[in-house]
Amino acid sequence: MEVLVASAIGVLTAAGIYMILRLRTFPVVVGMSLLSYAVNVFLFASGRLVVNEPPILRDGVTSYTDPIPQALVLTAIVISFGMTAVAVMLALGAFIEAGDDRIDLDAQEDEQ
Amino acid sequence: MMEHWIIAPVVLPAILAPLIVLWMRYDLVTQRVASVIGMLALLTLAIALLVSASGNPPEVYRLGGWEPPYGIVLVLDRLSALMLLLNAILGLVVVLYAIGSGWDRRGWHFHSLMQFQMMGINGAFLTGDAFNLFVFFEVLLIASYGLMIHSGGKARLKSGVQYVVYNLAGSTLFLFALGTIYAVAGTLSMADLATKVAQMPAGDSALIRVGAVLLLLVFAVKAALVPLQFWLPATYSNAPGPVAALFAIMTKVGVYAIVRVYTLIFPITGTTDTLIHDILVPAACVTLVVGMVGVFGARDMGRAVTYAVIGSIGTMVLAFSQFTQGATSAGLYYMVHSTLAAAALFLIADLVRERRGRWGLALRDAPLMHNHGLLAALFFVAAIAMAGMPPLSGFLGKLMILDALRGHWWLWAAILITSLISIVGYARIGSQVFWRSYAVKDEETPELREDVTAPALAFTATGGLVAALVAVTVMAGPVSTWMQGTAAQLFAPAQYIDAVMGGAEARAQEAARIGAQDHGHAEVIDHMAPADRAAEGASQPQTGHDAPASH
Repeated sequence: MEVLVASAIGVLTAAGIYMILRLRTFPVVVGMSLLSYAVNVFLFASGRLVVNEPPILRDGVTSYTDPIPQALVLTAIVISFGMTAVAVMLALGAFIEAGDDRIDLDAQEDEQ
Repeated sequence: MMEHWIIAPVVLPAILAPLIVLWMRYDLVTQRVASVIGMLALLTLAIALLVSASGNPPEVYRLGGWEPPYGIVLVLDRLSALMLLLNAILGLVVVLYAIGSGWDRRGWHFHSLMQFQMMGINGAFLTGDAFNLFVFFEVLLIASYGLMIHSGGKARLKSGVQYVVYNLAGSTLFLFALGTIYAVAGTLSMADLATKVAQMPAGDSALIRVGAVLLLLVFAVKAALVPLQFWLPATYSNAPGPVAALFAIMTKVGVYAIVRVYTLIFPITGTTDTLIHDILVPAACVTLVVGMVGVFGARDMGRAVTYAVIGSIGTMVLAFSQFTQGATSAGLYYMVHSTLAAAALFLIADLVRERRGRWGLALRDAPLMHNHGLLAALFFVAAIAMAGMPPLSGFLGKLMILDALRGHWWLWAAILITSLISIVGYARIGSQVFWRSYAVKDEETPELREDVTAPALAFTATGGLVAALVAVTVMAGPVSTWMQGTAAQLFAPAQYIDAVMGGAEARAQEAARIGAQDHGHAEVIDHMAPADRAAEGASQPQTGHDAPASH
């Protein structure tokens, strides 16, 4: 399972970084989403991978899964969802204003 | 009683912002009044907190009464109080300028976004929890996305997309860093982390070093340290003028985080040794060179100011990277100065852009503009301050930094040579924009924009910043003494850790005493306040948090 999770994070991150380096806004937004999936799984793994155990700390319970990373992931999911929405709206706005979806600035625009 | 005021700089704008959106949506005048009142209240709060912090050890506010390390805490110490005050001053000036120049009319929701921005920045300065720092970073970023593209336009939207993507990537990196650190230390409360990292055996330090460097990368993105500065020039020069002035403090959030985390959690004397120092010194040097050469080479005034921001970041990080008390207090003084000076320059650039019509900020011959002499004088003062020439605060700040860097001759050379380059750069901008206009005879003075509300107010706001610079210069003695106290507090992290972690035992006893007096104690056991529950957990040999690290 460790191998599966680790390689999933690796593949997601690699794909995400590749997509972010594209020149159009759509692949970049998809790349951002992939990266945020990767980091969410990574956060889960930071509490160690435990299967079929309750995420509850209580006296007398010896085996459990760490609840904190789950709370962190929940927060991270909400935030990355909101951020992706903002990025999509901005990209759309830029596309409508500029007429193309290139993400780089050409020298002339940059100077204005 | 002071304790509850600590959260006020976060709560006040958090309440005001939705009120402005929902209740005053179509009435700009009410929005303006509410916004100015909010900023004045923040300023008053910041001054009160500063006074409180300068006399006391760090004060802690436990959200919801949860005991650290389980709950989130806000910590008010001298450094965070200083940053709150700086932010409040900038916020007030920017709102006044936006009202005076009519910028707040050119798009929707300027004032509510400003309040959200204040909330995020204040929260980032106050929080004592690393994950909460991430959350407040996101709050301030999402507000800044809205402010950055305020009033739209092609160039602004396109550079806005770049800014958003760059910072989203930075946020993802932040989460990776926090995950790594949590996996090793099993906690994200800064004070608890400081204790845990200090106790970590050297053999286990590989992963925590990775975490420390990942975090440094994140903060370097925010602070615009080379090689992660590429987002800054396009963003700041395309942002509306008052927003760019406010962004002068956004880079300082990154610098603040560097100072906080690497004096408290990963001190130079601790597990990570000189790792951070070794990375920061060359990075800061290159940042300094890139920034100052950028000032010299820029083809437009707005661009030049953005590079001046990068250069000043280089200078102050160079001071902070020494991780000595003297250099840190010099760096803090320089940080206050350069934030005010950069904001003043952004506002002056915006005033010039508004008055130069189709010439904009380009360094080309343009006719005389309205308020030509006044603008020239303001630019002259602000540029002298920013470049670090006597008699203003930039000179004093650089002098203190040089004094603290005694013995590092090549750092001296870097600072002095780049200062010279930037002075030439400012002289070039000043003579092109202000002096050569007198030779242009065949063009009319460009018309003033029609939607300017009250130019006098815009000038007053800008003048206020310049006056603040003069005040920092005149009061240099007391201010730098105060900064030394702040640096001393930063380099005695035990105070901070004690304030957060200590006292839990005492509070647990107090809770037990109250519980014993309570008649129906046995029945209410299931409805214990979170603080009691956490305190109870803390007094037992806790397994939950240490367990992940020992798996």
